[in-house]
Amino acid sequence: MRGWKLVAEEFTPKIIGFTCNWCTYAAADLAGTSRMQYPPNLRLVRVMCSGRVSPEFVLKAFQLGADGVFIGGCHLGDCHYIHGNFKAITRYYLLKKMLQQFGIEPERVRFNFISAAEGEAFTQAVKDFTEQLKRLGPLRPSGGEGSGEA
Amino acid sequence: MGKPKIACYWAASCGGCDVSVLDIGSKLADIVEQVEIVFWPIALDFKYKDVEAMPDQSIDICLFNGGIRNEENEHMAKLLRRKSKILIAYGACAYLGGILGLANLATLKELFSRVYRETPSTVNPENTVPQPTVKVKEGELKLSPLLEYLKPLNEVVEVDYYIPGCPPIGEKAWEALIALIKGEKPPKGTVLTADERTVCDSCPRVKEEKKIKELKRIYQVIPDPEKCFLEQGIICMGPATRGGCDAQCIKAGLPCKGCFGPAPNVEDQGARMLSALASIVEVNSEEEAKRFAESVADPAGTFYLFSLPSSMLKRRVK
Repeated sequence: MRGWKLVAEEFTPKIIGFTCNWCTYAAADLAGTSRMQYPPNLRLVRVMCSGRVSPEFVLKAFQLGADGVFIGGCHLGDCHYIHGNFKAITRYYLLKKMLQQFGIEPERVRFNFISAAEGEAFTQAVKDFTEQLKRLGPLRPSGGEGSGEA
Repeated sequence: MGKPKIACYWAASCGGCDVSVLDIGSKLADIVEQVEIVFWPIALDFKYKDVEAMPDQSIDICLFNGGIRNEENEHMAKLLRRKSKILIAYGACAYLGGILGLANLATLKELFSRVYRETPSTVNPENTVPQPTVKVKEGELKLSPLLEYLKPLNEVVEVDYYIPGCPPIGEKAWEALIALIKGEKPPKGTVLTADERTVCDSCPRVKEEKKIKELKRIYQVIPDPEKCFLEQGIICMGPATRGGCDAQCIKAGLPCKGCFGPAPNVEDQGARMLSALASIVEVNSEEEAKRFAESVADPAGTFYLFSLPSSMLKRRVK
């Protein structure tokens, strides 16, 4: 439990982010080294490729109490593994459709193409997503151990 | 030592599991020589009070089929757990929740409204809806109240083994039972009568390159009987599903629906299948990816046909 959480009255969404080693993670790094500011709600997990992000990761995040899941990959055509991000976005759109059937707003999952040079785009995406999740409010999956506190 | 005591019970199920126990035909007569069946509502006349009167742990093996949908199911699950040495979740419903578990995508209120008001074949001008208790002139009638959601058996009691399938393969199930009776003890939680590989592994169809442009549904095409269903653009749950069924459906010309549940080491069958399907589609732009996703008619119902209540999300979140 961090201090800022205790005093925060406003809902602070918890976001899990999966970003690819080659582009979006590097963009996050760039944002960091450039001292760009963005909301602290995002917890990043580096994966080798956005194509590695199984829908199970996203569901697991929701199950454990995440309010939103962010996936970042290279621009289409720039994938280090050629087709990884095509697979990733196909899964992403299909998953969004399926989440609706479970009563989860599809906006709780977000995919952005962000290259290693786009630190600004990364911070903007996190800002936008955090705002959007604040508007949506908390998600508390019935099967989840997460209650939004950790 | 007397004959080993066997019990069979059905909770929220269709009865197909019980039939699968009978499926072995005349061999059943030999088996009945070896065991004593002490409780089996579908076939023999025992009452709940007979089970309640049994000493704890007196049933050697209980085959429990069906999910837990109402309070009676839950009560019987707890009772039979107490009375049994080995409790087996028999069939997809007890093991994973089963097809009936798809109702977890709706709330109880929505279900009642759908079933007793909205379906096109329903005529119910007086709004008659089942009640837990009803007074008639002979007295008060009671109906077990439904639980808010359907649960697989292991969410209510501890389960020793699982036998998958919708329905399980009777012959294999009896073999597994005989082995248990002889004292073979696989590790707790083992999925009996099943493989440690996927359905694809035992599928006899020719598999070449998995790359599809679009999906086809089984009513739209006459599938090639030799070729992998997925390669023909027909959704087949094989890659995410545990084998052990000898690919019966596939050999009969139908794609796998996933009744043996998640393949070993797969936590969420539906998510894994979604992933597998999306990775064989050839898309060249974001638009095409979107269009493909739109073309999947009922993702949750297809990928979680048998396993929704035991999946990561388990039910409608809100």
